[in-house]
Formats: sequence, C-alpha cells, structure tokens
Amino acid sequence: MINHIKCDKLKGIVVNEEISYTLIRNEENNLNIVKAENLTFEYIRRDEEGNVESINKAIDNVNIDIKEGDFVAVLGHNGSGKSTFAKHLNALVSPTEGSVWVDRMNTLEHENTLRIRQTAGMVFQNPDNQIICTLVDEEVGFGPENIGVPEDEIWERVEKSLKAVGMYDFRLANPTKLSGGQKQRVAIAGIVAMKPKCIVLDEPTAMLDPNGRKEVIEVLHELNKKENVTIILITHYMEEVIDADEVYVMNEGKLVMQGKPRDIFSQVEKLKELRLDVPQVTELAHELRKEGLDIKEGILTTKELITELERIRGLKNVNNSR
Amino acid sequence: MSIIVDKINYIYEAGTSFERHALKDVSCVIEKGEFIGLIGHTGSGKSTFIQHLNGLNKATSGHIYYDGQDIYEKGYNMKELRSKVGLVFQYPEHQLFESTIFKDVCFGPKNQGLSKQECELRAFESLKLVGLDEKFYYNSPFDLSGGQKRRVAIAGVLAMKPEVLILDEPTAGLDPKGRDEIFSVLENLRKTGITIILVSHSMEDVATHVDRIMVMNDGILKYDDTPKNVFRHHKELEEIGLAAPKVTYIMNDLKNAGFDVDTDAITIEEAKKSILEIL
Repeated sequence: MINHIKCDKLKGIVVNEEISYTLIRNEENNLNIVKAENLTFEYIRRDEEGNVESINKAIDNVNIDIKEGDFVAVLGHNGSGKSTFAKHLNALVSPTEGSVWVDRMNTLEHENTLRIRQTAGMVFQNPDNQIICTLVDEEVGFGPENIGVPEDEIWERVEKSLKAVGMYDFRLANPTKLSGGQKQRVAIAGIVAMKPKCIVLDEPTAMLDPNGRKEVIEVLHELNKKENVTIILITHYMEEVIDADEVYVMNEGKLVMQGKPRDIFSQVEKLKELRLDVPQVTELAHELRKEGLDIKEGILTTKELITELERIRGLKNVNNSR
Repeated sequence: MSIIVDKINYIYEAGTSFERHALKDVSCVIEKGEFIGLIGHTGSGKSTFIQHLNGLNKATSGHIYYDGQDIYEKGYNMKELRSKVGLVFQYPEHQLFESTIFKDVCFGPKNQGLSKQECELRAFESLKLVGLDEKFYYNSPFDLSGGQKRRVAIAGVLAMKPEVLILDEPTAGLDPKGRDEIFSVLENLRKTGITIILVSHSMEDVATHVDRIMVMNDGILKYDDTPKNVFRHHKELEEIGLAAPKVTYIMNDLKNAGFDVDTDAITIEEAKKSILEIL
C-alpha cells in the first residue's frame, strides 16, 4: 500500500520490483486493446469428398491497432471483410495466417477463448435473433449468470447496465414487445452487464428507424465516455461515423484507408469508388465545390459549412463593393 | 387498376389482454403507376397495413377495393389478388432456396400453374429487369453478394407479373452501392407502369425517389402528401420518431444563419441549386 502511494507521488519512479512489473504491463495494455498483425483469413469451400473447391480470401494481410478507450468505426461495402474481422475479435473464427490479440490475449490459444469473449462483447445486426428471455431484466442477466457472477452482483449489474442504456423503466417488460431501438439497447445492456472492456457492434442500426438509430449511437458514445469502454462500430451509415476517434475502411479484405473522420471524408471520390457514401453535409459541400465555390474538402458539420459560406459571401461582397 | 382503402381497422388478438388496435380508420386511394413511400417508426402499423393490401390480413372493419371490386366480398379470388399485389418482405434473400438462381425465380410462376415455357420466359424477363448479369443465372443464389441476392428475390416476385409491388425495407443492411442498385431497379420498374409502395426507414432515400409519402403513426395515417409537403412538418415527424432528410436540416440551419435559402429542399441537388442562387 505504502509502496503504491510512493509510486504515485514519484510519478512512476519504481520502488518495488513487483509493482514495476504491473506498471509496465498496464502501460502496454493501455497501448492497444486490439491488435491484428498480418491477419489473413480464408474461407475454404470443399466438395462432398473433402477436396478444396475454392478459396476465398476474406481478410488479406490486415494490420490494425486499436487503443483502449477509443471509439472506432469500420466501413466497407458488403463482402469487404469487415464482419469477418469483427468475428476475429471475439474468437468466433481464428486467423488462417497472422495473429489477433485482444487485451494481449492471442485468439489462437484456445484457453483464452472464454476470457476473450468476456473482454470483447459482440452485438449483431438483428435484435430479434439475440433475444431469448421473457423479461428484460432476465435477458440482461443472462450473460453475467453464464460467466458465473454471484447472484446479488448479477442484479446490481443488471440495474446498472439498464440505467446506462436508458432502459431501466422497461426492466419488467417483455423484450419481444419493444421497438427495434429499444431491443438493440437491451442487447447492448446484456453485453455491458458482462463488463467487457470492448464492445464490437456489427451494423447494430441497420434495421432501426431514425429514432432507434439515434438512441443506439448515443448510448455507445455515453458508454465510451463515461465507462471508457472501447467501441468498435461497423456500419453503413456515414452519419454515425463523424464523431469516431479513428475510421478504418476495408475493401476486398484489405485495409485501404485509415484516419480521422475528416481525413477519410475529405476523399469523397475515393469513397465512392469503394462503394461507400459520405455524410449529406460533406456531399453537399463537395458538390458546391465542384460547381466552383471555394469550399474546403472534408466538411463534417453544418457549422463548418456555414463558416465557409459566410467567408465566401464576405469575399463576394468585398469584390462587389470595389 | 387502383386500390381504394376505406376506413379499415385492424385489431390484433381481439378480446384478449394483448388486444392492440394496429390500424385505426385508415383510408387512402392508390392510383396506377404511383411510387409511394411509406414511413413510420417501428410498430407504427406500416407492416400491418401493407399486409392488408394483398389480403394476408383481413381488416376487422372497413373495405378494400381492388380495381373496383371489394376484396372481402364472398367469392373474391384472393389467390389472384396475391399475384397481382406482390409483396417483397424484409430480408427477402432469406427465402431463396433453389439450387440455381433461374429455378428460384421460376418458383412463383410455377405455383401460379403456368407452363414451363411461360415460367422460363418470365424468369428471363424479370432477371433482366433487376439487372442481374446473365452469367450468374445458373449459379447458386447463395454465392451472390447481399445486394445481388436481394435483386434475385425481387425478380422472384416480379416473375408473377404483379401490378403492384410492395417492398418492406428493401435496402436494410445493404451498403450504399447495393442500395443504389436496388433504387435503379425500382426507377426502371416504374417506367413499366407498375405501382410501387416502398416501406423505408431512410428519409434521404424516400426524399430522392418517391412522388408521394404516407406517414403512419400509432395505427393512423398521419400524413399523405408529396415529399416536400410532408417534410415541411419535420418537427411533428421528430415527435413520432421520424425525421426530415439531413439536408433539410442543413438548409434550415443555413436560413437561421442568415442565408436566404429554400428550406423546402429535400435532396442534395435541390439544396445545391438553392445555395448557388443566393451566393
């Protein structure tokens, strides 16, 4: 204990060897919650006799580092390999070549599998396929119960996670009678109750109406900010990506773009080539630019557009008055 | 052909504690060749409503007239109605099952009792309509991409030669390109004079493509008007879980910032024109 305090005071100058070890390990943990190195995955199809019919490279030599506490978005068209990538983070599939580490655990080592799944929780596209219980609170308690959390703590966690997603008032409702957005929030609460460090969501808003979509994305940002949960969001809705810390774009199994949302969305034509979109405000700014207005690329918010238009209007007025 | 919906009501599980009034006095007229967008939050009654149009659900009260005939009249040929009003469900690719794409598309007309030759003719026609390359016709439908599978499923319904095509969220889960492909199919179809009713959660898509929007809320048909008129009510739409297209909000913000732009713009194209005019 005393050593800990000393340690804090001396700002990391180490007194005790054991502590120094934990410190270093923690520091490394902070570096990346997810690390993929030369990750390649092949779907191999065999005919009835077991001969290889075709090999499809779903992921092709991908290197990704995701920092703990980041909000990360993965974009890519259908079949670009992003869902297969997501499944690696949960050890649902294992790499054909290369490795994936989740919180420094190699997904290839089977004894890690359970711990990896507790570290990286997964939410899928269709909330209806994930619901199994008749009451919302039982649904959320299912995960922690399965990993052997003591009963009192289960209910504590259920309450806390339902509050975190704003569904506490519905705890005694039948989950099948909820709206799509509410169901998806319950599914997220079910994951949160297992206290994962990281949540991977594979197109969680694809089936939701605008309100449901907003609810889910807000909950994710909340979890990210307040609980420091790493969020890995796979989506086709570009508007959901604007506030991410880092964006990855996949195409044909390869990682083709990586950067801040602004860097990514300033390349409108390239995104279109990759069968993707940009947010409407970015597209409007891009179209205006094509018409000859001097607007900078990579506009992400209406506010930025207004600033640019005001600047242009100001210039015109000056020219006119001359 | 036209569809007249006259004050239909539908109550789920009437008389039990789960009783729910899913449609309340819904009335409308759908004319031949219209392209209608049907929007509403989850549970607003959209799906219940479209299931009435081809007789999958029978209204608790009220009438539906297809081509002047009351479909609830005794002796009305429901089977024929179902081939005239084709319904493409959500995730229609889950219903693909045959060993080849071509056979899968033949399944509908085969069930209508048509000759083999006629079935194949129609399969060719409808696969062409959805723009699927001929080289795929004899492949397994399960080897296609998401967007392609969905187009095959739509072709399966088109092969029954419906006069009205209803699609329940045909672009859910598709990437932007796949979505554009589906819409170009629908734009081509509308040229053939078919009536299209599109259920969608994407206000941007609806704004760009349809001529008329019907808004359902809590079982009531709240708005039924042109896209421009409907999206003028963006505040009311937000209250019922919907929204206007993003670009409409951008235009409203611009107006508030002192730019005299057209806040009725609902597509990027319109917004662009309006901004260029005032600068």
